[in-house]
Amino acid sequence: MRHILSVLVENEAGALSRVAGLFSARGYNIETLTVAPTEDTTMSRMTIVTTGSDEIVEQITKQLNKLVDVVKVVDLSEGKHIERELMLVKVRAGGKDREEVKRTADIFRGRVIDVTDKAYTIELTGTTEKLDAFLEALDRASILETVRTGLSGIGRGEWVLKV
Amino acid sequence: MELKLPPLAETGEVLTGAEIVIRCLEAEGVEHVFGYPGGAVLFIYDAIFKQKAVKHVLVRHEQGALHAADGYARATGKPGVALVTSGPGVTNAVTGIATAYMDSIPMVVITGQVPTRAIGEDAFQECDTVGITRPAVKHNFLVKNVDDLAITIKKAFHIATTGRPGPVLVDIPKDISNHTTRFHYPDKITLRSYAPVLKGHGGQIKKALHLLLEAKRPMIYVGGGAILGEASKEVAELARLLGYPVTNTLMGLGSYPATDRQFVGMLGMHGTFEANNAMQASDVLLAVGARFDDRVIGNPTDFAAGNPARKIIHIDVDPSSISKRVRVDVPIVGGVKEVLQDLIAQLKATPQRPDPATIAAWWKQIDEWRARDCLRYDRKSAIIKPQSVIEKLYEITRGDAYITSDVGQHQMWAAQFYKFDKPRRWINSGGLGTMGVGLPYAMGVKMAFPEAEVACVTGEASIQMCIQELSTCKQYHLPVKIVNLNNRYMGMVRQWQEFFHGNRYAESYMDALPDFVKLAEAYGHVGMKIEKPGDVEGALREAFAMKDRLVFLDFITDQTENVFPMVPGGKGISEMILSEEL
Repeated sequence: MRHILSVLVENEAGALSRVAGLFSARGYNIETLTVAPTEDTTMSRMTIVTTGSDEIVEQITKQLNKLVDVVKVVDLSEGKHIERELMLVKVRAGGKDREEVKRTADIFRGRVIDVTDKAYTIELTGTTEKLDAFLEALDRASILETVRTGLSGIGRGEWVLKV
Repeated sequence: MELKLPPLAETGEVLTGAEIVIRCLEAEGVEHVFGYPGGAVLFIYDAIFKQKAVKHVLVRHEQGALHAADGYARATGKPGVALVTSGPGVTNAVTGIATAYMDSIPMVVITGQVPTRAIGEDAFQECDTVGITRPAVKHNFLVKNVDDLAITIKKAFHIATTGRPGPVLVDIPKDISNHTTRFHYPDKITLRSYAPVLKGHGGQIKKALHLLLEAKRPMIYVGGGAILGEASKEVAELARLLGYPVTNTLMGLGSYPATDRQFVGMLGMHGTFEANNAMQASDVLLAVGARFDDRVIGNPTDFAAGNPARKIIHIDVDPSSISKRVRVDVPIVGGVKEVLQDLIAQLKATPQRPDPATIAAWWKQIDEWRARDCLRYDRKSAIIKPQSVIEKLYEITRGDAYITSDVGQHQMWAAQFYKFDKPRRWINSGGLGTMGVGLPYAMGVKMAFPEAEVACVTGEASIQMCIQELSTCKQYHLPVKIVNLNNRYMGMVRQWQEFFHGNRYAESYMDALPDFVKLAEAYGHVGMKIEKPGDVEGALREAFAMKDRLVFLDFITDQTENVFPMVPGGKGISEMILSEEL
C-alpha cells in the first residue's frame, strides 16, 4: 500500500543522505521524495511516498525516527490530508494540435507558462492521479519533456506537524 | 540541532582545536585513546604529546585501534575512543566501526580530514569520511568551524552512550584542529531530535506480568541488550522469583550465570538442544534486549508458524528492534534495567505466583531435552579436541577470565564450553562476525583491567587477520594469553562445505601457515606448540603462570571436529543436526 510520510529533519548537512541512504540500505521503496526548508529555518520538511506492507511501513517509520537528525515522522495517509504535486510539461503544439492542447490544459486547470511557435510549456498542480490523467489525455507523441516535483502533503483542518 | 546550553560561567581559555579535542576527552574521563597518526591529525598528536591525562596507545593498523577501543568498551561499559587520520586511516577503520555498530557498542571515533579548503578537491589522503561511514555509525559529524568542536564532541559522547549505544564519528579537518577559540565544555546537552525513552509503559508491563504468571511453558530469552543496559541483576532477580528457564544469545552470555540451574544454555544456530526446543515450544516468551536475529531464531516464518499460539513480550530500548523479524504481542520500549525493575516491583506487589505443578511439568520436559547432552564430544580422542581446550581454560581460570574470541568454530566452542557467570567477560563480534577482532579486543580489555586474566580464543585463520598487534602488545606490556585452536582450516567454512557443499573444501585449507611459536618469539613473546591431549592442561597452567608474558599457545587440534548442535541456515531452530546423527 502507498504511504505518505511527512518528516521533519534538522537542517543539517547530510540529513537528506541519511534518509535516502536508509531507504537504499534496507531495501525500502521511494516513489517520490521532496525536501525544502520550513517556516522554522532550523528544520526542513520531507515528504516521502513509499509503498510496502503495514509491517514494512512500521519499520520505515521506526528506522526514520531512529536517525538522530529526524525530529518527527508522521504517516499522512493514516489521517485526512491534502496532497499535491506540481508538474511542468513541454508539449508539441504547432498547427492543428495547438488548440487541442490548450483545451486539454484548460480542462485540467493547467496554465500555459511558456509559448513558442511549436510548443507550450504547461504548469499543472494536483494529485498524482490527476497529473497522470493529464498525461494520458495528451497525445503521447506530443510530449517533449516532463518534470514532476514529487508529492507534498499536509494534514487537513487545524492539525499541524510540529515539534 | 537546537541546544540548551547551561549558562557559561566565565570566559574559557583560548585553545587550538587539537587542544580542545584532548580537553574534551579529559572532561569525559577518557583514559585511553587507541590510534595511529598521520598528516591530517598531526596537530592532535602534537597536543597529545604535550599532556599526560589521556594515554595514547599506538596500534599497528587502524583496524586494530578500532577493535581495541571496542573491546575496551565491551569490557568496561565506558565508551571506547579511537583516533585515526584521513583517507586510508578511515577506510582501515571502517571494519572496526561497523563491528561496533552491529553490536551496539559505545565508541567515539575521531578522524582527521584534509583542510576545509581542500575538501572535495581529491586532495592527498582525502575520502568522504562522513559518507563512507554513514551506514555504519549511530551518527557522524564533520566539524567545519572550531567554535563547534567542543559541543560536537559533547554530542558525540552523549549519542554514543545513551539509548541503544553505538559508534559516533567526529571528522575534524586539519585546519580546524589548528584554529583557536575559547573553550567551553557543557556538562549536559539536550537534543530535540534525540531523546531515548527509558521508562517503560506501566500498562504494557502489567500486561506482560499477567501473561508471564499465566504461562504454562514460559521462557526468558536474554540478549546483549541486557549487558549493554546493565540489567544482569534484574534478569537474575526476575528469573529466580518466577523460577523460569533462561537462555542467552551469543551476545547475552554472562548476563545470566551459566552455572545456574535455570540456565539452559545459549540458543541459536549452535545453541543447546534444550534452549532451542524450549524457545520453540514456549507459550510465553519474554525477550529482553534481544533482536530475534537470523542466527538466533533461524527462519522467522518457521519460528512463528511452528507455534502460532506463543505470546511474545519484548523489552528493548530501540523501538525498531521490536516486531522487526517476529511479530510481538506485548512491546515494551524502554531501558531493559528500568523496565525489569518496574516488572519486578509489580510482581512483588501481587500475591499471584506461577502454578508450581505446571512449571514443574515444563522443567521435566526441559530436563528430558537436557538429558540428550547435546554438547558431548569424544573425550578419549588421541588428537586434541578443541572443546577440551576450552574446558581446561575454564577450569584453570576458575571461570573468571575475560575471554575474547575471533569468529568461527573456536568462537562457538568458547561460547558453549566457557561458562560465563558475569556480564562483560565474553568479548566477541556477534553481529558483523569480524575475523581478526580477538587479539585487539584482548588488548583493549587488558588495558582496562591490567590485573585480570585475559585470554583470546582464536583460530589459525582469524589470528592472522590482525596478527600485527602482537607488536602493540609488546610495546605496552599486555600479557594476554592467546589460545589458538589450530585445525589448519577455516573451520566454520570447512564445516559448511562438509555439510552443504559435498565435501568440496574450496579455499578453506590454510596452507603455508607460519610457525606460530617462532612468530610469537619474533615479536618478543613466548610461543608454545601443543600437540597431545595430555599436554593441554600443563601448557595452559604454564602459560597462565607467566603473569607478565604474552603467551601464544598453538594447539594442534582435530581437523574434522564440527560444532554441534547446528541449525542449518534458513531452517527453524528446532531443526537441529546433533553430533550422533552423523
